[in-house]
Amino acid sequence: MLNAAPAETRPPDPRADLTASLGLYASVARGAFRRYSTYRAATLAGTVTNTVFGCILAYTFVALWRARPDLGGYDLDQAVTFIWVCQALMPTTAIFGGGFENDVQTRFRSGDIAVDLYRPVDFQGWWLASDLGRAGYHLLVRGGAPLLAGSLLFHFRLPERPLTWLVFLLSVLLAEVVSFGLRFLVALTGFWLHDSDGVRSVTLVVAMFLSGMLLPLTLFPGWLGELARVLPWAALAQVPADLFLEHATGPAVLGPLGLQLGWAAALIGAGRGVQALATRKVVVQGG
Amino acid sequence: MADPGLVPAPSGPGSARTGFARTGPGWAGVRSGVARARWAARSWWLCAAMWTRSTMSYRASFAMMLAANLVIAFLDFAVIILMFRHTDTLGGWNLPELGFLYGTSGFALGMANLLIGSVDALGERIRTGTLDVMLIRPAPALAQLCAERFSLRRIGRPVQAAAVLAWSLAALDVRWTWDRVLLVPVLLLCGTAIFGAIWVGFACLQFWWGEAEELQNSFTYGGGLMLQYPPTVFAKDLVLGVVFGVPLAFVNWLPALRVLGRPDPLGLPTAFQYASPVAAALCVAVAGFAWRAGLRAYRGTGS
Repeated sequence: MLNAAPAETRPPDPRADLTASLGLYASVARGAFRRYSTYRAATLAGTVTNTVFGCILAYTFVALWRARPDLGGYDLDQAVTFIWVCQALMPTTAIFGGGFENDVQTRFRSGDIAVDLYRPVDFQGWWLASDLGRAGYHLLVRGGAPLLAGSLLFHFRLPERPLTWLVFLLSVLLAEVVSFGLRFLVALTGFWLHDSDGVRSVTLVVAMFLSGMLLPLTLFPGWLGELARVLPWAALAQVPADLFLEHATGPAVLGPLGLQLGWAAALIGAGRGVQALATRKVVVQGG
Repeated sequence: MADPGLVPAPSGPGSARTGFARTGPGWAGVRSGVARARWAARSWWLCAAMWTRSTMSYRASFAMMLAANLVIAFLDFAVIILMFRHTDTLGGWNLPELGFLYGTSGFALGMANLLIGSVDALGERIRTGTLDVMLIRPAPALAQLCAERFSLRRIGRPVQAAAVLAWSLAALDVRWTWDRVLLVPVLLLCGTAIFGAIWVGFACLQFWWGEAEELQNSFTYGGGLMLQYPPTVFAKDLVLGVVFGVPLAFVNWLPALRVLGRPDPLGLPTAFQYASPVAAALCVAVAGFAWRAGLRAYRGTGS
């Protein structure tokens, strides 16, 4: 093998290194995508549940908006569409749980988490890749079905400009990264608490309330509304739904996207910090 | 401990039928049925008490989780309060009336979840083979399944719902006749039974369709959410579906029409508004049959 020898003596090429690790994360994401697509019955059951919840909430919104048209800056069709977009985002961003954190929690209990930290792969990067793969599958199947059901059962407002779809998809990607950032921080409490279930159940309800999934944040009164609209949870549902409804178009989309990007960067950074702290100080139990 | 002769009857797939055949109809059958129900309740109690003792060893953690659950449950009602900042009525019902629906629905769902909510892990127990362990223990498997991982902190939800209900009862403008007074505790009791039966009934689907765990959330949590809002909000077909299909309307909608003195949007006979006990009994019977059928169809994985 004449060609191989000089390649080994060459100093490691940082670009080849990057490509290799990107390839690794891509295959982790692909694996997660395929793993979730295996459980077809579970997907069907989850999709039915999302659609049922969407229907119930849509009817209550119809009643509210019939009583007060144009409430919170939405007309009736927009309000109903808002609900269905949120139902599509709920499984995608795994706000209700069911993402990577279940696996991490199991590994905390069994002590396998120690093996994860030994791997020559970044802990956060590995789980982010895996969660992105899951989110991709859930967006395609569990996100698509409620949108379809909503558009068939109710008056639905589709985006008028084709470009909005692209902006919306970018916003969903950022929403998923923000959601991962939040759930990663919660999952890491397992290093100290051994069991992050309690913290998870509390943060779940807070996330549901402050993301606007139950009621658009524009209906929140005074300072609570203003605060809620800039907190990271707003990036999970309120921001992508508003972009879908074309509340901001053209260059104005940069504002909401910037908010999401800012929170995504801040939370991933915070996650790295906590991870460094956890791996240095914490003794892993179990085995 | 109860009569050991009663023990094997509900504990195995085949023995359930022979248990019936041996006792037959008549007073002996009724007496044996009552004794079996008492033994099942006692098994549930023993199992739940064991889990409570186990969680109570982390007292501070339990107290914090209970407090957090209570506060968090109020966020749920906050959504309805926020809605009423923008309107005086929803579907023609005012805030105290919605509070009545919210309180009764939340209490029934919360109590059912507290008492038997663990049953939804059935699919996982079948997958991992831990159901077999329950089947060979000398206690009714359903009682064990319902009490497994019993978690007292789930009481936060019904307590919060009861607080909302108490507020609504004080704020409601209702002339309290004896039938209205009587209907409130009856509907809470029957509502809990209906939700409990739905929980068990849909959990039994997992005998055939192990991954379907999430499906029952549509009827339990989804049903609970639906019953928080007045029936006038929803399409007529949907309301018909929860009267004659999955009888959720008997949890609080139909009795609430009587208690609050509101016209029935479906125009059903008045008897329906008092029929919650009948609906609850039917639900429990159907859930019981589903459990027996599921247990007969069950084949262990051998793991």
